Amino acid sequence: MDPVFAFLALLTTAGAVAAVSLRNLVHCALCLVVAFAGLAALYLQLNAQFIGFAQILVYVGAVAILIVFAILLTRGSEPGNQPILSSSWQAGLGVAVLVLGALGVAVASSFVRYYPVSPAPQPTVRELGEQLMTNYVLPLEVIGLLLTAAMIGAVIIAMHEKQGPR
Amino acid sequence: MTPLHQYLFLSALLFGVGLAGALTRRNAIIVLIGIELMLNAANLNFIAFWRFSRHPELATGLMFVLFSIGIAAAEAAVGLALIIAIYRHYRTANLDQFDSMKG
Amino acid sequence: MNRMEWLANLTPTQQFVLFSVVKIIFAVAILMPIIAYAVLVERRLCAFIQDRVGPNRVGPFGLLQPLADGAKAILKEDFTPEHVRKVYYWLAPALCMIPALLTLAVIPFGSNLGNSNNRMVIADLNVGILYTFGIVSLGVYGIVLAGYAANSKYSFLGGIRSSAQMISYEIAMGMSVIPVFMLVGSLNLSAVIDYQAGRIPDPETGRLIQHSSGLLSWLVFKQPLAFLIFLVAAFAETNRLPFDLPESEQELVGGYNTEYSSMKFALFFMGEYANVILSSAMMVTLFFGGWTLPVFGLEQPADSLGKGLLHIGIFLGKMAAFLILFIWVRWMLPRFRYDQLMDLGWRRFIPLALANIVVTAILLWVRA
Repeated sequence: MDPVFAFLALLTTAGAVAAVSLRNLVHCALCLVVAFAGLAALYLQLNAQFIGFAQILVYVGAVAILIVFAILLTRGSEPGNQPILSSSWQAGLGVAVLVLGALGVAVASSFVRYYPVSPAPQPTVRELGEQLMTNYVLPLEVIGLLLTAAMIGAVIIAMHEKQGPR
Repeated sequence: MTPLHQYLFLSALLFGVGLAGALTRRNAIIVLIGIELMLNAANLNFIAFWRFSRHPELATGLMFVLFSIGIAAAEAAVGLALIIAIYRHYRTANLDQFDSMKG
Repeated sequence: MNRMEWLANLTPTQQFVLFSVVKIIFAVAILMPIIAYAVLVERRLCAFIQDRVGPNRVGPFGLLQPLADGAKAILKEDFTPEHVRKVYYWLAPALCMIPALLTLAVIPFGSNLGNSNNRMVIADLNVGILYTFGIVSLGVYGIVLAGYAANSKYSFLGGIRSSAQMISYEIAMGMSVIPVFMLVGSLNLSAVIDYQAGRIPDPETGRLIQHSSGLLSWLVFKQPLAFLIFLVAAFAETNRLPFDLPESEQELVGGYNTEYSSMKFALFFMGEYANVILSSAMMVTLFFGGWTLPVFGLEQPADSLGKGLLHIGIFLGKMAAFLILFIWVRWMLPRFRYDQLMDLGWRRFIPLALANIVVTAILLWVRA
């Protein structure tokens, strides 16, 4: 196994496991940052420079900060020694293990194990832009619409109730 | 160069961890974190398949991930807005306690 | 010539590693004294503006003052209050400093030295500007964590304010530079400088063609609105007056760094100045022609060692001018109110930046 890949995989997995299992929510959010950063490094290792830095910009720089923000705004909600697992956690864990097993078996038994390693592609930003403006112009417009709708929706949902609609 | 199936195993592992987090934790924010991890696992798959595809110049996997990142950003914004709105109402972010249909 | 042979015998990878390490050491060795002296210039300039003398005791004209400051920061007791969250308390100052140093990697601070084809940029990334914005967005963590770690309400408020402020202005900042890259046609920062020096790649072959150039081909004259938005957003991103709400002394004691002392406090301070210096460097690169000057053939890459050094000097000179602008503005303008700050970011700059993108796109379309 490639040592760089092994290190990044270990880092990402450890970050992800810690992010969903720790008690302190701020620790969780910061471990999530580690997982996101590890994934960004994996994308760079796979020659997807643009996506790698987009991952850092969007996930590490915006989504994770939003999560930290939400945690800081809703903190103090849990008195220290409450259970952190939901009441039906056994069933949830069972489903997760089943899914993980199914995915693992699927990958292990598929033909991708014998897939040849092709030479590294060098995508340029210009090519990505041309694709976005030709083949993918409709999805691009839809994403724009979605983001606008999500932004307006988020503002309306989080607006203080007492003020009411003006 | 790492073979494709190792990336797929890693991605499956991340998906499993995210799913376990989303299904077992009480706190709504951790559930959101789990969902984000699952989305990221899917992104890793797309990038890995793109890297090993026979036509990487078409950039299909990269495009999918770009759109997926956009959707994830929208999802996080709306999800956290919902969590904050619910927190204002119930004074807690624990999913177990959101059990009434009426405010 | 013995030494040159030794250099030529290395494999390309070894040469790349060697040159990169040398460039990193060089860049950091230049940045650190600039940070130290930026603090001195700030104090002297502020004193001048307020009709005082300023620090002039240590060395001639107070030139050794940064050494004294550094010694003081290190020798002071490194006090950790009882009620802080220890790990984050230690982590936050470092997280403040690291992004600023990482941004340094993609900034072209000179053409090349002598005839070698070794560009004076640590990492000539294809997606240079995306890297910059990705790293700049990490700067929030240091401040948020400092606010959280201190476990006091002033620090906490400072941290929350700063994260909201930095995320808001990141959007305006990112949108403001899009027209620049629409004109240049590349996200690479060296390509931005080439464009401003009149070297525009041929659309068919990709080879650089020399067009006539002059002062007016600097992007600040082609995209003045983009520059204005970028400048103001840079003030907000670096938490400098008139946008220093995260640490506004009158309401928050000291903001996110209230509970810090000695070297850890100094790290926040240095991080702020490093950010100011690097945003100056970004503005020089994006809008003011980088290391080029449109006179005496200085817009061409250097062909001799002296000219290469001169290019670095030009870059540093332009950067110093911006540094002085940052300092000057700090002592001239009063602080914004928080709602005014948000209003300016969301309701003025983001629509303006969007309009700028649309207008630029239409102009490019008409011209094509």
